[in-house]
Amino acid sequence: MIKQERMQVIKQQEIAKQIFELTVQGGLADEMSEPGQFVHIRVADSFEPLLRRPISVASIDLEASQFTMIYRAEGRGTGLLSEKKPGDTLDVLGPLGHGFPVEEAQKKAYLIGGGIGVPPLYELAKQLNARGIETVHILGFESKQAVFYEEKFRALGDTHIATVDGSHGTQGFVTHILNELPSDFDTYYSCGPTAMLEAVQWAYPQKKGFLSYEQRMGCGIGACFACVCRTTKSETDYIKVCSDGPVFPAGVVIS
Amino acid sequence: MTDLTVKLPGLKLKNPIMPASGCFGFGKEYAQLYDLSQLGAIMIKATTVETRLGNPTPRVAETASGMLNAIGLQNPGLEKVAGQELPWLEKYDVPIIANVAGTTTEDYVEVAKAISQAPNVHALEINISCPNVKLGGITFGTDPDVARELTRAVKEVSSVPVYIKLSPNVTDIVSIAKAVEEGGADGITMINTLLGMRMATKTGRPVIANITGGLSGPAIKPVALRMVYEVSQHTKLPIIGMGGVTNVDDVIDFLSAGASAVAVGTANFVNPFVCPEIIGQLPERLHELGFDSVEELVGRSHRL
Repeated sequence: MIKQERMQVIKQQEIAKQIFELTVQGGLADEMSEPGQFVHIRVADSFEPLLRRPISVASIDLEASQFTMIYRAEGRGTGLLSEKKPGDTLDVLGPLGHGFPVEEAQKKAYLIGGGIGVPPLYELAKQLNARGIETVHILGFESKQAVFYEEKFRALGDTHIATVDGSHGTQGFVTHILNELPSDFDTYYSCGPTAMLEAVQWAYPQKKGFLSYEQRMGCGIGACFACVCRTTKSETDYIKVCSDGPVFPAGVVIS
Repeated sequence: MTDLTVKLPGLKLKNPIMPASGCFGFGKEYAQLYDLSQLGAIMIKATTVETRLGNPTPRVAETASGMLNAIGLQNPGLEKVAGQELPWLEKYDVPIIANVAGTTTEDYVEVAKAISQAPNVHALEINISCPNVKLGGITFGTDPDVARELTRAVKEVSSVPVYIKLSPNVTDIVSIAKAVEEGGADGITMINTLLGMRMATKTGRPVIANITGGLSGPAIKPVALRMVYEVSQHTKLPIIGMGGVTNVDDVIDFLSAGASAVAVGTANFVNPFVCPEIIGQLPERLHELGFDSVEELVGRSHRL
């Protein structure tokens, strides 16, 4: 169930260049189950900035009623968010949207992420491993300074890193790594820039895949019709990234 | 006991608070969060004869204490709204105000005639002020003669009272209000969004794909209040006021300026519980100010 709650900030730290890891606590965390869902955060009590900011969930700790988000501080809203300290409270709406279906994977899954699309794959990897699924992680970043959670992913399975400038791991994009890896998996899950999602879909037309999309949002719950995309399912209707997604099966979104 | 009820043509409201059209879809999303029967009324998303996909994205952009939108009247069309969305809302004890949009007079007439027959539609809100579609919408709302004739045409076919939604993007809003009064309107809703733009500073390109969008949110409240204040002095029509309402004091201000009821728009996106929260706070706030009913407050600025 969707809740709105003033949650307690437990921890916040910069874990890579401009990348922040933020943990909050409260009853809202108990509503979380699916990896790939997101929360909508009001970063100020005033109307500056006015709208909430959609932030993806990187891990859920049901026992502690906590969850952790990872985001890039680049604009006014996420800049203010990065200033929150333990003891502060945060107006959180969530969990929102439909996440990654973990039950679709049979034996082995590829988890393919780019930049700030990497965080939701961490909770996904944890849940897939808990179900006995072997996970392989292919993660792309701008440069060495932008890389985060490499060791955490390694602890869960085979992990490959690409950086655009070649300062860490393979030089180039995740697709360069995918070209070298065997296609011995049954399901792939991906989150990242739209161009990357397109490339991943093209690479595995025969495989079962689930992709998490990004779009500029207003309300986050499906009422404002800001975050629409064309879909192969209908010529007369859009799909909404916030409430129909953000995760869609491969081949559904026309980007 | 504070009396929150409001009587308006076609509408017996439990309280003066309703979500504004375009900010609440057809209610389904918010029904996950609270019981819609708490609301005074619901203004549903604009309905056109045909299905409309609306404008390309980006459709929204944040601005100082506000936002721009150019959704472009995306809606599933008259048949689906009348056949699916409205029947779904019947389980709630709440009157529906159906927002009607179109490109030609015939479009407005067709939608108004059909949608006014739905059992839970108690009033129509005629959208002659959408700034985000090239044809229709605002072109009907900026010329008094055109607005009067459209009002007349819709009144002829509607089986429920007709409210006209006015655009603030005019030189003299009072002349439009008077014209729709002459055309037989039962009430006025105001204001729609203010035309605006935002630039991407680095590239110099407009952020919104439609280039311009409608400005809403707290930034426009002073403009809305001024217009409600003016219009309420020059027509006898009841006004449902809106524009930047985010809290209970904003509601008091609109009532004082001359509105009989108040719609909440953009604030629903920021705080999805804003309508029931305001409804909950209203009795105490009225009491603090020394009023026993909402109706006592309507237009008090004109009596001071």
